[in-house]
Amino acid sequence: MGLNSKPPGRLAGPGSWPYTPRVIVSPALDVVVDVGDLAVRFITTDAHLAELLQQRYAGFLNSSATSVYEFEVSIVPSGHLNVDADLDVRIVDGCWSLERGDFRAGWNPRTRRGWIQQTVNPYSADSVLRIVHTLLLAPRGGFLLHAASGVRAGRASVFTGPSGMGKTTIARLAPGDVTLLSDEISYVRKVDDAYVAFGTPFAGELGASGEPVSAPVAGIYQLAWGDRHHLERLGTSDAVRALMKNILFFVDDTELAGQLLQTACDVAASVPVYRLTFAPDTAVWDTVA
Amino acid sequence: MTDLYIARGPRLAARVLASETVILKADDSGLYVLNEVGTLLWGAADGTTPLATIVERVICPQFDVDEASALQDATEFVRELGSHNILSVSDRPMTGPDTAPPAEEAAR
Repeated sequence: MGLNSKPPGRLAGPGSWPYTPRVIVSPALDVVVDVGDLAVRFITTDAHLAELLQQRYAGFLNSSATSVYEFEVSIVPSGHLNVDADLDVRIVDGCWSLERGDFRAGWNPRTRRGWIQQTVNPYSADSVLRIVHTLLLAPRGGFLLHAASGVRAGRASVFTGPSGMGKTTIARLAPGDVTLLSDEISYVRKVDDAYVAFGTPFAGELGASGEPVSAPVAGIYQLAWGDRHHLERLGTSDAVRALMKNILFFVDDTELAGQLLQTACDVAASVPVYRLTFAPDTAVWDTVA
Repeated sequence: MTDLYIARGPRLAARVLASETVILKADDSGLYVLNEVGTLLWGAADGTTPLATIVERVICPQFDVDEASALQDATEFVRELGSHNILSVSDRPMTGPDTAPPAEEAAR
């Protein structure tokens, strides 16, 4: 059969029928994650990743929010990444570069746009999100803190300490009238003249997101284990030390360090900071709230 | 005794809280808190004033201490901070960008 014998508009052979030109387009999928009223947009054509991110950040999704950062996320096979690499953070010519076993990322703080190359998992974007928020927060008088936090009667309590000092325990002991903001990474920033704690999706051992609510910080508590509950107010420099030991700080940047130190000093001067020695029972929440 | 000159180290963030100074090293996130005397020495670390002069003019008028003891204590103190790169310590005057007070403190 010659070409001339084809019916008009039809393709000879085993092709599609009727003949229509087609192109497969993967729509760009937006996932906008709003933490602390600062929205970060992830743009991907991978529907599976978009679904993973939507599940991971359920409660913190806000498609109508104006994003302050945008990342194009592309999927690469795991063989393209050095899976054994620890997190490496660098600033080169003002642009940030991150690399870990499961992802590479880079962004320009001036344009607030960046890219992520990762395997299909919800954790790579999470790492980028945490670091980006530390950058967003620093000039806004805020920080991410290794801390559990919760809201009771409209006031937030923030419990800070390194791993093993009781953050997860405090979160587990929270009475029913406490709304948990996080069991691992707390989010504090200045709003008007007050320091406010916001819920975060950055989960720790509990494996559950905080609630997307916020409240003024009534007190910050440096955790220590003991056999009874005891509260001791810290002096300003001890308070600054307690905060600085637990503020997330990813890179050796003097300007960023100065901003975080300034914020820690301001917080220590305006929010009571205590050393909380506690035993694992629910009454600890009555000691602080 | 040879004159010593002290200047603030590079890549530091520092804030004065009441009579204490909190210093954060950007390189390793190390945190240091100087007491009142340390804060006075830190404040006077301009790279050009001899430590002995700082002790004589800044420390001794404010504390009940003889100059020799104060200078000995100050020397040990600055050498310790020098070992942490919080201060640069030299037997010659120092000039340059690293010896200028950080902008946020200079503005205070």
